Amino acid sequence: MEMILVTSPEKCIGCGTCELACSLSHNGECRPAISRVNVFRFDKGNNVPMMCFQCEEAACMAVCKTKALVRDEETGVVKVEEDKCIGCRMCVMACPFGNIAFDRVAKVAIKCDHCDGEPLCAEFCPTAAIEYLPADTATLNRKKAFSAKMKQALEEVK
Amino acid sequence: MAGWTETILRVNLTEGTVKKEALDMEAARKYLGCRGLGVYYYMKEVKPGVDPLGPENNLIFSTGVLTGTMGSSTGRYEVVTRAPLNGTLAGSNSGGYWGPELKYAGYDMIIFEGQSSKPVYLNIYNGTAELCDASGLWGKTVPETTAALLAKHDPDAKVTCIGPAGENKVLFASVMNDDHRAAGRSGVGAVMGSKNLKAIVVRGTKGVKIGDKDKFLAAVRASKKLLKENAVTSGGLPAFGTNVLVNILNSVGSLPTRNFRESHFETADKVGGESLAATRMHKNKACAFCSIGCGRVAWSEGKYAGEGEGPEYETVWSFGPDCGIDNIDVVNKANFICNELGLDTITMGSTMAAAMELYETGAIGKDEVGHELKFGSEEALIALVEATAYRKGFGNELAEGSFRLGTKYGHPEFSMTAKKQEMPAYDPRGIQGIGLNYATSNRGGCHVRGYTISPEILGLPEKLDQQSIVEKPAWVKGFQDLTAAVDSAGMCLFTTFALGAPAIADEITGASGIEFTGDEVALAGERIYNLERLYNLSVGYTKADDTLPDRMFNAPISSGPMKGNVSRVPEMLPHYYEARGWDENGVPTPERLESLGLREFMTI
Repeated sequence: MEMILVTSPEKCIGCGTCELACSLSHNGECRPAISRVNVFRFDKGNNVPMMCFQCEEAACMAVCKTKALVRDEETGVVKVEEDKCIGCRMCVMACPFGNIAFDRVAKVAIKCDHCDGEPLCAEFCPTAAIEYLPADTATLNRKKAFSAKMKQALEEVK
Repeated sequence: MAGWTETILRVNLTEGTVKKEALDMEAARKYLGCRGLGVYYYMKEVKPGVDPLGPENNLIFSTGVLTGTMGSSTGRYEVVTRAPLNGTLAGSNSGGYWGPELKYAGYDMIIFEGQSSKPVYLNIYNGTAELCDASGLWGKTVPETTAALLAKHDPDAKVTCIGPAGENKVLFASVMNDDHRAAGRSGVGAVMGSKNLKAIVVRGTKGVKIGDKDKFLAAVRASKKLLKENAVTSGGLPAFGTNVLVNILNSVGSLPTRNFRESHFETADKVGGESLAATRMHKNKACAFCSIGCGRVAWSEGKYAGEGEGPEYETVWSFGPDCGIDNIDVVNKANFICNELGLDTITMGSTMAAAMELYETGAIGKDEVGHELKFGSEEALIALVEATAYRKGFGNELAEGSFRLGTKYGHPEFSMTAKKQEMPAYDPRGIQGIGLNYATSNRGGCHVRGYTISPEILGLPEKLDQQSIVEKPAWVKGFQDLTAAVDSAGMCLFTTFALGAPAIADEITGASGIEFTGDEVALAGERIYNLERLYNLSVGYTKADDTLPDRMFNAPISSGPMKGNVSRVPEMLPHYYEARGWDENGVPTPERLESLGLREFMTI
């Protein structure tokens, strides 16, 4: 079953726990600077968590000359094969969302890999602003949530 | 080792030098970090009784073993110094994002010594730390200072700074980080101002090492579950913030009103957390790595329009019921001004309330004050809060706090203080345990050094009768010790609604890789509490100071559910000393100090 990470910025309280969960999961230390997910904090309490969307036509994969970025056909997740990465950072330039970064210590590209099916960011997010859901359900949930708003709007104009 | 970075920065402001030192790891294990380790370093290095605003007083910014880790609510740091307000060894704790950033830059602690001859700020970028000219920042507010420094340096850096109140050495000036979070109490901002230190900018891209990842994750998972299941940490606080307490305290007849002349405020609900959330709040906000998110992103309207974060319950109380004000816009605006100018809202509001009582009794008049200042005077309140930060006119008197204000005008009994620091928003006549905590708190009137409101009012971990006294000494001691440990670990006190010593010990064990039990954590807290007590005794505090204002003993609550009650601190105090292993004068016995590993401090 294809799983996706779904973000709901309206639920995010800006705590940044996801950044530590990510760095702890991948690097064994608590280090926001190396996290694959980042939270951006704006005024009026607005916060937006950002991470790789695992694009179907992934620009990072397309520009990688050493084929270090590989899609797992089963899960749909694009992963970095570190031994193939030459640190050219083309992928960093190519991603239109800034969702792939470069680890200047390990000298490799880094991006969200769903923690191999157990993403700690979603597990430790206190408000479910990041959720790990079956792709089909996730879309349906969005539809359901929006349909509730539609229903409310319809009642108001009745 | 993991958890701690094992490095401290020592800054001599007189000489303009910055150097790195290895952290004393034996002390780190004994005192955990933040408050405890700061107190330890302070007492090792500074002789008792120095002038709080002189060059001999050190100013320490300290993080804990858990600060910046994925433990529970670990965005904390502590400012430790001798307090100008009352001469105790003060620690003032704050959340936000600054503390973790200091650890990511590679430091557990910064110790400032001496006094700069001109305004400076410290700029830290990982391994680089330098003092920079701050003459262009002097006089600027907290948001102006923060914005100017972020524009000049890395925009992702974090800033802690003082506002005009700290520069002008208002005795209860705060240190403000991330614009809205305050190391509020005891006047730590005045000490920073006395050193001509305007700000500390820090950017860190390193990490905090974790000793045992699997153990740590298991501990954090367990804590997360407890925090999620707890009605306060997952319900009341996120929804209504600390201000959820206004209506609760009013309903139990223990909401001090009009300078503690009453303890029930007729229109309290107008300024309560429910009203704030419904009418003046954008959203709740969390400090770093916190699942609770009690922060309020709020605004005020009309004549008092403004925006910012808060207010906290204590602030709502001090500017609201305690000053006889029920206008949410006035309360919010007073709070925003305090944050922008760098003032402790509790002491500010309580000092205003004392001034109102002085005015109503005729001890001061419009000539001195420049305003009519009866209880409920909204415009005067707003004008005088601002004047206090700049020490303008009557603000110069308010800037000394209520004890000195009342004394100057012949009525020290109007000062609602314990050890010259203003008591917060829980009436000790209505709630006996919190009164004992105020009387024995190592930094004077303060609720967050032993928050027995948790059992006495909220029923956590179990419900105690608010008027009973038999079991309270032991509870106060237990809460004071656990709080000292939590503060020192770098966690937020609010986690203790759901977490006890064993859960905290498990998080520290996982992060540091060193085995800690719940008992050891509680013992560390007791060690820290006793060390602070030793400092206060060494500067002349005695048993006679472990008390409350006379009003708490001879003016019973006049109305509401707690009508007729007075504080019974004198009855509880001997039992409290006994529970602590202190002698009848409140002095820790040599045997107790020995058992706490405090032998080296026996002779101070």
